[in-house]
Amino acid sequence: MSTDLTRLTAAALADLLTTGEVSSVEATRAHLDRISSVDPDLHAFLHVDTDSALRRASEIDQLRADDHEVGALAGVPVAVKDVLCTIGMPSTAGSKILEGWIPPYDATVVARMRSANLVLLGKTNMDEFAMGSSTEYSAYGPTRNPWDRERTPGGSGGGSAAAVGAFEAPFALGSDTGGSIRQPAAFTGTVGVKPTYGGVSRYGAIALASSLDQVGPVSRTVLDAGLLHDVIGGHDPNDATSLPDFWPSFAAAARDGAAEPSLAGVRIGVIRELGGDGFQAGVNQRFTEALALAEAAGAEIVEVSAPHFEYGIAAYYLILPAEASSNLAKFDSVRFGLRVTPEGGGTVEQVMAATREAGFGAEVKRRVILGTYALSAGYYDAYYGSAQKVRTLIQRDFAGAFAEVDVLVSPSAPTTAFGFGEKIDDPLSMYLNDITTIPANLAGIPGMSLPMGLAPEDGLPVGLQIMAPARADVRLYRIGAAIEALFEQKWGHRLLAEAPPVRQHQPVSASHLAPAPGYGTEPDGGTR
Amino acid sequence: MPEQQVISAEQVQHLAGLARIALTPDEIQHLVVELGSIVDNVRKVSQVATADVPATSHPIPLSNVFRPDVVGTVLTNEQALSGAPESADGRFKVSAILGEEQ
Repeated sequence: MSTDLTRLTAAALADLLTTGEVSSVEATRAHLDRISSVDPDLHAFLHVDTDSALRRASEIDQLRADDHEVGALAGVPVAVKDVLCTIGMPSTAGSKILEGWIPPYDATVVARMRSANLVLLGKTNMDEFAMGSSTEYSAYGPTRNPWDRERTPGGSGGGSAAAVGAFEAPFALGSDTGGSIRQPAAFTGTVGVKPTYGGVSRYGAIALASSLDQVGPVSRTVLDAGLLHDVIGGHDPNDATSLPDFWPSFAAAARDGAAEPSLAGVRIGVIRELGGDGFQAGVNQRFTEALALAEAAGAEIVEVSAPHFEYGIAAYYLILPAEASSNLAKFDSVRFGLRVTPEGGGTVEQVMAATREAGFGAEVKRRVILGTYALSAGYYDAYYGSAQKVRTLIQRDFAGAFAEVDVLVSPSAPTTAFGFGEKIDDPLSMYLNDITTIPANLAGIPGMSLPMGLAPEDGLPVGLQIMAPARADVRLYRIGAAIEALFEQKWGHRLLAEAPPVRQHQPVSASHLAPAPGYGTEPDGGTR
Repeated sequence: MPEQQVISAEQVQHLAGLARIALTPDEIQHLVVELGSIVDNVRKVSQVATADVPATSHPIPLSNVFRPDVVGTVLTNEQALSGAPESADGRFKVSAILGEEQ
């Protein structure tokens, strides 16, 4: 096999696995090799599950050889953001307080991927408890951007985005509370989708802000995102906020959109408040070009106003810390994770306080204290209560806009990827970067980021955000795939083809990590 | 920048107690400055949050989410204790709940 299997999309890889041209062991080993080669520098992974991944791949190959019904994606490798609980793999959410913790249960989305016979490669890096927009707040060190190793990949899901962008995995799972899937997608030239709130189960996702969190796919193409969304989505009785809706196939919608990349009759709304002044020039330029491309393909472009979006960040940075301070109370040094006993011992309360002091990073402490403040007697109405009212106003802005248009678009982020340390000492400037992505979380609507070119001034990827009404995720896939196809026609290739080669370490074959030669080829090797 | 401190060191100390985080004096000083600028920025929510606007606590509200009243798939005692820093006799073990003065 001369093809580099890591360059294939998940869809293409799945086809080769189905026809038997490639085995899952070969596909998995190719990705593990790539990880050993580039991840010492990129640090997209916190844990690589080499042995289990190869064992599972070999089991799936055997199931297929035995003519079992294995599913369309069987044998395709996938990476998992460390915020999701995984049996057999540490699940730390990027925090020292959970270092080495192995959950006794799988997140529903993880269980569904296992049932679909996907091969879990490992856990990806993230800002601690998903608090951050650069992955610099990971307690285990930052992830580098595959496009420029001196810049961040965005956050909080910088690990999943960098892993996919650097061909360490064809696709991955992320979680998006205020843009943690979409902004890293923009910074790394990849695709990311935040589904409708409740569209994907949050059971087993270590909660940040429960009314905002949503799990979703990270990939290199819109179709691959749809394939993964089809696997993980749908009602879960273990999540009381899970919607009981019937969802159409998002992969089918993406295939439809790409097959005939026309936008005839599609009304696209441009949000006046999300662009222009304060946005990087190259971001605005590529956005304007994207609108022209859509218009040439038949779309009607309409400007809409969302007057309350300017209050979105303020509302978000009250609601999120408030909910986080409550969710993170579970890290009490009793049931799981770290325990630090003060010198000379202490009461359970003192042990708890010493543990949380040692186990939480600066940003987590900042937000927990801020949230405690926003919820305290005397401030609750002015802060948390008012923020919830802003949420209503933002939902009304969206409702007004969607009465006129089918989807809304904006740049996914105001800038391209920023450098390490640029914002880390100024939390407020880090927060302001989330202006484009936060409104969708506050309103519960779905959003997608896909690449729309490189900013001329720095040669870094720029993302286009598409948003649809709640429950209309399918529009993102149909329209997103059409726009993706139009861009690829224009460029003659995918945007990631323009990425510079990432730094490789001395060629290391995963064979030294893998079980003995012949592993997985035994007739009964690992089948059940 | 506002001249007056938005949040005092005493307030941060009190909040840290409520949040059960044993902050160092240095951390408290940093938080006074950082939280001050953040709170100064986020308080603008009250400008538009008038009395006639209802609050939204949940983006897509659901009601009466119940499951059948039967035993579901639950963790075994061993699984539940598997991540505990300390356990004894099938239970979580903690240090003294009450201080000496009690």
